Amino acid sequence: MRKLIKPLVFCLALLPFVFLLLRIFRNDLGPDPVQELSLETGEWTLRFLLIALSLTPLRQITGQIDFVRVRRMIGLFALFYASLHFTVWLTFLLEFQWLTIFEEIIERPYITIGFCAYLILLVLGITSPKAMVLRLGKNWKRLHRLVYLAAILGVVHLLWILRIDIGEAVLYGSIVFVLLSYRFLRFLWRRRKVFPIDL
Amino acid sequence: MLIKKPADIKSSEITPESVYKNRRDFITDGSKLMLGAALAGSMPSIASAQSGASLMARAPASMRRSAPAAWWSGKFADIKSAPRSGPYYTGESLTPYADVTRYNNFYEFGMDKDDPSSNSGEFKADPWSVEITGEVAKPGRYDLEDILKPHALEERIYRLRCVEAWSMVIPWIGFPLADLLKRFEPTSKAKYVEFETIMQPETMPGIRSRTAIVRWPYREGLRMDEAMNPLAFMAVGLYGDYMPPQNGAPMRIVLPWKYGFKSIKSIVKINFRETQPHTTWNDLQAQEYGFFANVNPNVHHPRWRQDTERRLPQTLFSRTRIDTRLFNGYGEQVASLYEGMDLNRYY
Repeated sequence: MRKLIKPLVFCLALLPFVFLLLRIFRNDLGPDPVQELSLETGEWTLRFLLIALSLTPLRQITGQIDFVRVRRMIGLFALFYASLHFTVWLTFLLEFQWLTIFEEIIERPYITIGFCAYLILLVLGITSPKAMVLRLGKNWKRLHRLVYLAAILGVVHLLWILRIDIGEAVLYGSIVFVLLSYRFLRFLWRRRKVFPIDL
Repeated sequence: MLIKKPADIKSSEITPESVYKNRRDFITDGSKLMLGAALAGSMPSIASAQSGASLMARAPASMRRSAPAAWWSGKFADIKSAPRSGPYYTGESLTPYADVTRYNNFYEFGMDKDDPSSNSGEFKADPWSVEITGEVAKPGRYDLEDILKPHALEERIYRLRCVEAWSMVIPWIGFPLADLLKRFEPTSKAKYVEFETIMQPETMPGIRSRTAIVRWPYREGLRMDEAMNPLAFMAVGLYGDYMPPQNGAPMRIVLPWKYGFKSIKSIVKINFRETQPHTTWNDLQAQEYGFFANVNPNVHHPRWRQDTERRLPQTLFSRTRIDTRLFNGYGEQVASLYEGMDLNRYY
């Protein structure tokens, strides 16, 4: 049973991609398919990032170890959807005009921020295999704390695109806020237990 | 003695309006087709001389709307078709009706492009009145029927360029904005005209949202000479049919040389004034949305490059990207309005 969890989660995480593919081939993306793909892949990146961030708290609260066993996979799926998002932008929106791409990354703050978040996810993805974990030792954990920054940048990137109504950014932003506060409070709580007098 | 008489016809037996209308369309289209076939070659113009039949574009029969009120159908019975040349016409292929009516920015109905079409079912375009205020000889509240009465409807095919870098080609039905504004006799003090969109919170979920960072109602404005330009159009329909709510029913402005957000929808107030009015987008982010908002490929918006545009509809593998033209290609008609103005500063 336990062996089935990973393949099951893998298939579930692939579903949004399969649906997108189906919509592409059925020509069901609306009159502006590029825009639609870009929005969809961006939103799924953020969702997977938030799922990845909630796995550790879920394990700590429920004591169920399976949550963290799929953490790396979920994180890699966030990178996967981010790569799709980046590729859609590169190929369909900017049509590989490198000069323009460079200009856009530098001149448009929301793109700068999104690009930085993507670079972070890329580095985390590259250093995710077990061999890299062993090689980096203590630094691995420090490096991978950057995922918090990536999540915050992702929400800011979204906030910057929204106009008139910031509902979506408020939703994703509050989830990030809750997840980060949980970690911070837990950190304080544990420190107090170890050094009850100092605090 | 009271005897309850059953209804003569059970409601289940009544043919829905859309069905019999379709049937009529089918019959008339069919007879026109036969007539057309008979005359083909010899006198092709006769079939199209029939009123309305010569319109460039018609909404698909299955998607046609019912009139907001009975008097509308008379209004739409006779529409002057677009001339086949000049600024009121373009030979570029039309954006299909389904896309024009399902890909909209109308934030009162929601944030996503398909929200306006899916969320506007309850919208009430009748009864409707428009309040005329400010520097005019004839202010007051006018019923829509009275507003439209003297104006003959005509078709115009305009390009629509959105500030988000996409564009469409749409066959509008309406009349020149100037003809309407003149009727209220603006005074010499009227230098600007301000428009306001209806607030119908009970039918507009976007207005009810608590995370909105905008102050409703939506407002737009024009300099008087811009509003009086012959290109400025007051539209009450599209594709030969009544205006759908998501496109600004019952009455909206169309300004083809400006970014789409200037073309305010569902108008309930027109105010003539001496000073430049506040406008929604300009108030929200002045460095991104200017008061003039003329289509200009040389002035980049902080979010979107403006030198090219995506002509809709697209598919993923056939993407029409075209160069954006100054004033959306209507320079001949409107460039004189901005002579001597620094368009980089007054964007």
